[in-house]
Amino acid sequence: MENVNLIGPQLLLMAVGGLLLICDAFAGLLGARRWMAWYVVGTPGLALLGGLGSLLWAVAHAATDTRGSAFFDTYVLDDFSLFFAVLFAGVVIAVVLFSVDYLRGNRHQAEYYALVLASAAGLMFLAGARDLIAIFVALELTSICQFILAGFLKDDRSSEAGIKYLLLGAVAAALTLYGMALLFGLSGSTSLEGIARAAAEADDQRLGFVLASVLLAAGLGFKMAIVPFQMWVPDVYQGAPTPVTGYLSVGSKAAGFAVAARVFVEGLGQGAIAPDWATMFAVLSVLSMTLGNVVALVQNDIKRLLGYSSIAQAGYFLIGLAAVAAGEPQVELGLGGLLFFAASYAFTNLGAFACVIAISQRIRSDSIADYTGMARRSPLLALALTLCLVSLTGIPPTAGFVAKLYIFNAAVQADLVWLAIAGVINSVISAYYYLRIVLNMYVGEPVSPEPVRPTPLLAVATAAAVAGLLVLGVFPFPVIDAAEAAARAFS
Amino acid sequence: MSVGLEHFLVLSALLFGVGLFMALAKRNIVGILMGIELMFNAVNLSLVAFARFLEAAERLSGQVFVVFSITVAAAEAAVALALAVAIYRRRESVDVDRINLLRW
Repeated sequence: MENVNLIGPQLLLMAVGGLLLICDAFAGLLGARRWMAWYVVGTPGLALLGGLGSLLWAVAHAATDTRGSAFFDTYVLDDFSLFFAVLFAGVVIAVVLFSVDYLRGNRHQAEYYALVLASAAGLMFLAGARDLIAIFVALELTSICQFILAGFLKDDRSSEAGIKYLLLGAVAAALTLYGMALLFGLSGSTSLEGIARAAAEADDQRLGFVLASVLLAAGLGFKMAIVPFQMWVPDVYQGAPTPVTGYLSVGSKAAGFAVAARVFVEGLGQGAIAPDWATMFAVLSVLSMTLGNVVALVQNDIKRLLGYSSIAQAGYFLIGLAAVAAGEPQVELGLGGLLFFAASYAFTNLGAFACVIAISQRIRSDSIADYTGMARRSPLLALALTLCLVSLTGIPPTAGFVAKLYIFNAAVQADLVWLAIAGVINSVISAYYYLRIVLNMYVGEPVSPEPVRPTPLLAVATAAAVAGLLVLGVFPFPVIDAAEAAARAFS
Repeated sequence: MSVGLEHFLVLSALLFGVGLFMALAKRNIVGILMGIELMFNAVNLSLVAFARFLEAAERLSGQVFVVFSITVAAAEAAVALALAVAIYRRRESVDVDRINLLRW
């Protein structure tokens, strides 16, 4: 039972997902009116309860200091995985709130929510898995659910997004698996502990470990959406249902960084190879930031723009990972920066997607040109989107500013001054396209005078996200403390 | 000359390369999937070879890993074929060059 309690948040999500599917199978027997009630209130309500329960369970773990490893040390509940469990439970709640109005009238809602919950359980497992087999299975649990979600609408664009995501994702999974097979061959063990032991004394096998690191980074880089594994991002972001896009941009990216941090810091952090992968991540970081920001300059679809912006943001995440390898104090700074960045990015990007969903639901368009004069059609939504974009740029008093300050500081402390400078230059470039949208919304004539009003659920989600990013921007210390405690889980 | 670990690893690397080339060069979705399956199976081969030949290895871990990877690959193929059918129903084609609504 102790094991079950440790993975409680995940289990609850999976159980609610299964319950949704079972209830849905019998809902047809209820008669037309009750069946409608099940669809309109029952499925999203149950999914929301699952997310809330999972959040409460994770918070209860945090409050009662429940820690430990489960299932023969293949899953560990430490401060690190707990930080991400809370984050992902929050993401699930937001995604359910986004989806309710978006899916109105869709007959397959129960399957949709079941997939969201199951993939979120996979994300949580991913943050705590300490064995290559567990990591691989958790990775595929989230990925396969998300492939279906991306193609969920079954129209031309959505199914195209789904198949593109799947084909590239499967290639990435095969590369990851090859990297894992090499690690197993080099260390004779699938547990990160065994790999760490072998890596610490493996001076003669350095080439093999470097090759395995590259293959692993290729597969996990697909999840993190970093250059050169970013090809799918704009297409899938544009084609997938918008709530799913929001989910992918935050959940799957954060999980990618969580598992990369665990594999590289815990498994390959000691010994001669640490500088090698740190250099690799530093270079990939600059490439991601630059490519994402430069290509975002010329986009005119807001979902594609947010896609390229998320590639650029992945570059800032990577700064934290690159700073980790420099030595003992840097693990806390770099990893803490990465975790705080993940939290701030979750609020910011989910808020931005909430605004985009609310606006596009009304005006039936994702074109940035149609956002002209939005401030007059909906002052509050325009203000919320402005705050999110300001936070993505990294201007005070928002979470994005504190996160960037923290992560650039980690880079400077780790003697990666050039990386911090590259990050600052990229922030300046990104200001152009983020603030261009803001300018567009406040200056210029609206396309039509018709007001745009978000539905109540979206309004709640937007307000919560904006409140979160302002609180993190003004009073970030509790979350910074939590992030640093989580970072210490590895030392 | 007896067959040793190196032979399996070289074969596995070759198969992986063939699979990767297929996945990148084929234009038909089903062909790409065949390439991906080949990549997965190439890795499985090296996993069981490591488990068989390495003295220090946790033998069972490697073999269990292969069982999991076969299962996962099957699940992935099922979803891929379902998506391919969904696409074929709308466009009468599974050629990736013709799936090009989304581009910049």
